[in-house]
Amino acid sequence: MMREMTGAEMVMQALIDQDVEHMFGYPGGAVLPIYDAMFHQNQVKHILVRHEQGAVHMAEGYARSSGKVGVVLVTSGPGATNAVTGLTDALLDSIPLVCITGQVPTHLIGSDAFQECDTVGITRPCTKHNYLVRDINDLARVMHEAFYVAQNGRPGPVVVDIPKDVQFAKGMYVGPENIQHRTYQPRLKGDPEKIKAAVEMLAKARRPVLYTGGGVINSGPEASRVLREFARLSGYPVTSTLMGLGAFPASDRQWLGMLGMHGTYEANMAMHDCDVMLCIGARFDDRITGRLDAFSPGSKKIHIDIDPSSINKNVKVDLPIIGDVKHVLEDILTVWRGMKAEPDRKAIASWWSQIDKWRARKSLAFPSSTRIIKPQQAIKSLYEQVKDKDVYITTEVGQHQMWAAQHFHFEQPNRWMTSGGLGTMGYGLPAAIGVQVAHPESLVIDIAGEASIQMCLQELSTALQFDLPVKIFVLNNEYMGMVRQWQDLLHGGRYSHSYSESLPDFVKLAEAYGGVGIRCSNPADLDGAIHEMLSVNRPVLFDCLVDKTENVLPMIPSGKPHNEMIMPDHPEALDDAIDEEGKMLV
Amino acid sequence: MPPVNDPAERHTLSMLVDNEPGVLARIVGLFSGRGYNIDSLTVSEVSHASHLSRITVVTTGAPMIIEQIKSQLDRLVPVHRVVDLTVVGKAVERELALIKVRGKGEIRQEALLIADSFRARTVDTTLESFVFEITGKPEKIDQFVSLLEPLGLVEVSRTGVAAIGRGPEGM
Repeated sequence: MMREMTGAEMVMQALIDQDVEHMFGYPGGAVLPIYDAMFHQNQVKHILVRHEQGAVHMAEGYARSSGKVGVVLVTSGPGATNAVTGLTDALLDSIPLVCITGQVPTHLIGSDAFQECDTVGITRPCTKHNYLVRDINDLARVMHEAFYVAQNGRPGPVVVDIPKDVQFAKGMYVGPENIQHRTYQPRLKGDPEKIKAAVEMLAKARRPVLYTGGGVINSGPEASRVLREFARLSGYPVTSTLMGLGAFPASDRQWLGMLGMHGTYEANMAMHDCDVMLCIGARFDDRITGRLDAFSPGSKKIHIDIDPSSINKNVKVDLPIIGDVKHVLEDILTVWRGMKAEPDRKAIASWWSQIDKWRARKSLAFPSSTRIIKPQQAIKSLYEQVKDKDVYITTEVGQHQMWAAQHFHFEQPNRWMTSGGLGTMGYGLPAAIGVQVAHPESLVIDIAGEASIQMCLQELSTALQFDLPVKIFVLNNEYMGMVRQWQDLLHGGRYSHSYSESLPDFVKLAEAYGGVGIRCSNPADLDGAIHEMLSVNRPVLFDCLVDKTENVLPMIPSGKPHNEMIMPDHPEALDDAIDEEGKMLV
Repeated sequence: MPPVNDPAERHTLSMLVDNEPGVLARIVGLFSGRGYNIDSLTVSEVSHASHLSRITVVTTGAPMIIEQIKSQLDRLVPVHRVVDLTVVGKAVERELALIKVRGKGEIRQEALLIADSFRARTVDTTLESFVFEITGKPEKIDQFVSLLEPLGLVEVSRTGVAAIGRGPEGM
């Protein structure tokens, strides 16, 4: 389809042709023509945010819960710089986004014009790719390319920076049909020889473990299905990173729980003692590996990843397979069946009996209390009440995030939205709003802390404006809990600036925005209060006052290997858990 | 210890990239952002019709880091192809340098003799200076410069390494 139109019209037409239904944005001088073009159509709905960081996190929540590309529209200068945190977050967690930024007109670029910044320069290291469109004749192609790059291969954020004069200029629009990318052609199918070798290694394994990650989620729901099929066929245990939760059902007997710094004992011990590790769409991040030179010392490692740069980045693997998780797992299944591969049932049974011993340590246990709400109990109570509902969970970053990962259990992919790689406080509320936009009939809960929630709280106003009844479940311990925990660990309990003084009255604050506020401090009232929250079809801010001194356990202290975890039955070991070398790590 | 601590090796990477604004910044930014070394860098358009540039980077790092650099470069959208010429086989590597020497009398004689033995050309002459042009491997240029040092070396301008694989195949 070729048709003459203005740049601004092209932007809207390209969004329509890319099947975009929602976008998140904030107007400003350098994007006014696009907002005007938006005014003349009603196919793409625009969610007006309160801060550009919120727009990007909303698009992330939208994308991760729906499998679609999230779209953001912001103005030049501060509009673009405010988006940088969200873009970096999306880059680290591989979330497909297209972020359109306005730019000062081309003849003013470089003159320090009003609201000018070097957007492509600033966002180059925090996007998968970015474009500055100086010529109207490139605009339609670049828009379609941006969608292609964002969602193909390892997904990521793409910025399209459009000077204001280009938005006004007229040119020929081309549709997405004839766009073929010259260089970016990621490989989906794994090398058949390597897949055969992987099946042979897996079939011979005596102590196998499947270590899964966010790549399984990104590969689509079909990838989770194939993963489940392979796990069932082989009988092998499955663990996951924070980003991969939900790809494998938490109720399954083969599920070990999350691994890593605050993962379960059984997951980390299985990683440490395994003889064959199948890493599926995960990246051997430092939260996962613990001390690198003591990471799973006796295992052969197979690594499936669509991004070749993930291979051998932190951990040297024995068999890398470049490809999309779904395709590679499907091929592994086919070859496994074709070879009539049989796992070593006896060895696997004894591996499971070892795993059951680790499980019996009950690493997620916590003391109960009738006097004060334990944060873990708050998550458990929430989980019990919503587990049979159509529920999506987002989180902020900190202790509450880890407790949510440990005590909320996921059966399906795309139900869990959290900032894993960048660890962005303030992610959860806007992400929840984005999820709610994608799933208006579902229950969406942001599990938050009282510190994190204040970083993007203004988006409550967005939730009210667009009738998005998100629930914000704040575990309020009046501390930046994870900072306090680390100050206990590393700095002799000197709580330098980790106490949240002058907290607002969250109930009144919610009411001031037009939402509903609920406070609960008594364990006996908790279930009733959660029930009340769920019965309201409006945004609710739930201020749950919890134990102020609880630590997240179990824990692999920095600089330690997987088999030196601190367990909840010996929390005193935290006191001198980290040596001088470990202190340098994050 | 992690394999990152293996001894560093020197590698020459050659890549074909779209000749578009910002492509060099993307590559240089990747090196600085991830803490990799650039020992030398050359860039120039090699095909005007298809807007392709060739970039040659000489870098040092442990084998695992070199592999990582190559994959990181390869996933940049405007990068068509990356070849590690050091792995592929002994590549032809050449650098050009312009070297200015200032002096009178015997020193001039000596400088000309040295230039002659290195097959350097004299491209500018005044009564008290020469500019020499020399082409060769970087080590040869290093050596030439160090010999001229005591004879009144004023300044050096080097292009960085351009490299190409041997044999009939292209990259």
